[in-house]
Amino acid sequence: MKAWRKQLKKSSASKSTEIGEMGIIIDENTRVIVQGITGTQGSFHTKLMLEYGTKIVAGTAPGKGGTKVNEIPVYDTVEETIKKHSPNASIIFVPAPSAVDAALEALENGIKTLAVITEHIPIQDAITLMAKAEQANATIIGPNTPGVITPGKCKLGIMPNHIFMQGTVGMISRSGTLTYEIATSLTRNGLGQSTCLGLGGDPITGLNFLDALKMFEKDTQTKAIALIGEIGGNLEELTAEYILKENYPKPVVAFIAGRSAPPGKRMGHAGAIVMGNAGTAETKIEAFRKAGVKVAEKPNDVARMLKSLQ
Amino acid sequence: MKLFEYEAKNILAKYGIPTPHGGLATSPSQANDVAAKLKMPVAVKAQVLVAGRGKAGGILFANTSEEAKKAAEKLLSTEIKGIPIKSIWIEEKLQIKKELYFGITTDRFDRSYVAIASASGGMDLEEVAAKTPEKVIRTKINPLGKLQSFQTRVIAKKLGYAGSQMLDLARILERLSHVGTDYDAELIEMNPLTETIDGKFGAADARVIIDDNALFRHLEYKTRFLEGESELTPQEQEARRNDLAYIKLDGDIGVIGNGAGLVMATLDTIQYYGGKPANFLDVGGGASSETTAIALKIVLTDRGIKALFINILGGITRCDEVARGILEAKEKTGVTKPMVIRLVGTNEEEGKRILTEAGVHVVESMEEAAQKVVSIEKHGDR
Repeated sequence: MKAWRKQLKKSSASKSTEIGEMGIIIDENTRVIVQGITGTQGSFHTKLMLEYGTKIVAGTAPGKGGTKVNEIPVYDTVEETIKKHSPNASIIFVPAPSAVDAALEALENGIKTLAVITEHIPIQDAITLMAKAEQANATIIGPNTPGVITPGKCKLGIMPNHIFMQGTVGMISRSGTLTYEIATSLTRNGLGQSTCLGLGGDPITGLNFLDALKMFEKDTQTKAIALIGEIGGNLEELTAEYILKENYPKPVVAFIAGRSAPPGKRMGHAGAIVMGNAGTAETKIEAFRKAGVKVAEKPNDVARMLKSLQ
Repeated sequence: MKLFEYEAKNILAKYGIPTPHGGLATSPSQANDVAAKLKMPVAVKAQVLVAGRGKAGGILFANTSEEAKKAAEKLLSTEIKGIPIKSIWIEEKLQIKKELYFGITTDRFDRSYVAIASASGGMDLEEVAAKTPEKVIRTKINPLGKLQSFQTRVIAKKLGYAGSQMLDLARILERLSHVGTDYDAELIEMNPLTETIDGKFGAADARVIIDDNALFRHLEYKTRFLEGESELTPQEQEARRNDLAYIKLDGDIGVIGNGAGLVMATLDTIQYYGGKPANFLDVGGGASSETTAIALKIVLTDRGIKALFINILGGITRCDEVARGILEAKEKTGVTKPMVIRLVGTNEEEGKRILTEAGVHVVESMEEAAQKVVSIEKHGDR
């Protein structure tokens, strides 16, 4: 914690050199294709990503090759985009029954970073996709995620543009609007973000908290982490164990949604369900506290706690 | 989506997994007829989707078909945890030597399916896992493959069987994994998986939960899912038909918000300030005025509600549209309950103006809004 205080002071003294260098997963060199670019969501968010400055080089929509969306050329296949535009990331808006096929098409064509925005992908399909991504040594964000944003550089996602600010807090979350809530309060409190990563609200996701923590550990821009979990599964508990065991070097402030959730009910997200005594907010909070992670009582306390660490 | 025990058992039987002989009845006389064809004694089991059926008195035993009829009469006129019993399954009672557990579920960390077995069956597996984790055998299933035959033999061996019994048991485990794959089960289990005194194995009870997101591949269940299962309240059914996530809770502050995490956090914040949320309702992204009206209507069917908290974080959603939706919905539903509305994000100023002009409170922070609504709950709208 002391280290963060020192580093923060250093970074605020030399903002121009420290900030704006790193962040995780995506940066100003990310060249994006949008799969499912002609749909309502795909075309709308292509426009917003372009406004943010994301380098979108092409889009795909089977059967609609040769058209344009927001001046971006549309192709029938990912293969065609590779030859002409050399993309290195894809964002997928394809509806659930075909979303995994779209993701596999991107993997097959050597794309190593995929954000799968699509909600309602069957678990069985998600499991297959994650295994193939691992074989291809690719990173999958989601599914059922708002995506990832490295403020000021690149947005591979659907989050609102104006609530983020460049800075040193790395954010990892299982939820969309709750991330916006907390990002808004961080920004209002002058706490900018290095990268905000939405893991997705499904039980099976590509990146998880552990992967993200490891990435943020190596990222010199990131000085502290805001971790936003929720009920269901045991990934928060495993993450807490890791923080404790590895003596994770950067301060982490956590918030866990769902303290008031009854057991056996799915709280909106496919992955947010307490089974018996497993996956409750209490077990997660206890695990984090044991690992020395500060746990916020309310969403806005995350910003207050991070500030108090400075 | 949860399947009834009889549906799960019929599927298992189709895959060659032994299950007790039995039949379904929806009336006492039908129960009599079903039981008359079975070997006595029989178990008469309420077909409900709530957990803890046995403890709640949902399983009775009978020695004659007349007794089975009476048991059916009793069950069909009662409720289990508020859910009426519409059908019963009558089956031959097994002479059990040993109760085992076998199931397949997802492992979030490994991003795979995992087979779980235990020689302590018949009870809650979570309890077994908590008290005696060494009694739980976990086997990871290759995400690009399936539960292999050799893996099922290893499990059967670890469960304490050898020779032909080991092979019989292994075959049953493998067949269950086929059911899981074919039906997109997020959880499938035989609990108990029984060894009877003649040394044979079978599923005395079975549970199958189909992944809701895979129902497009299982159209025979999709209609029933949309119509709502018997475990859902009428409000939950209405919400599901309109693609809203609604869960009834037992407090008196109605809650509507956008995004699952934000709504969960809203409930938590209400609770933090000493209030009791009446429900969870996520209207999702880009809610139209129609959706907002339906959401309000569903929440307000709960007569015990003292105040409403609408928490919208307009990211992509435009606040002015949400504001118009709220007013429209207010008019349509004629709601008079006090409302606290928190509205921030895109076109926030316009949204606030619209609501303020119509005399509706708008609060900027979620904490302030939660404190306000809790104060109304406790002291009335002052």
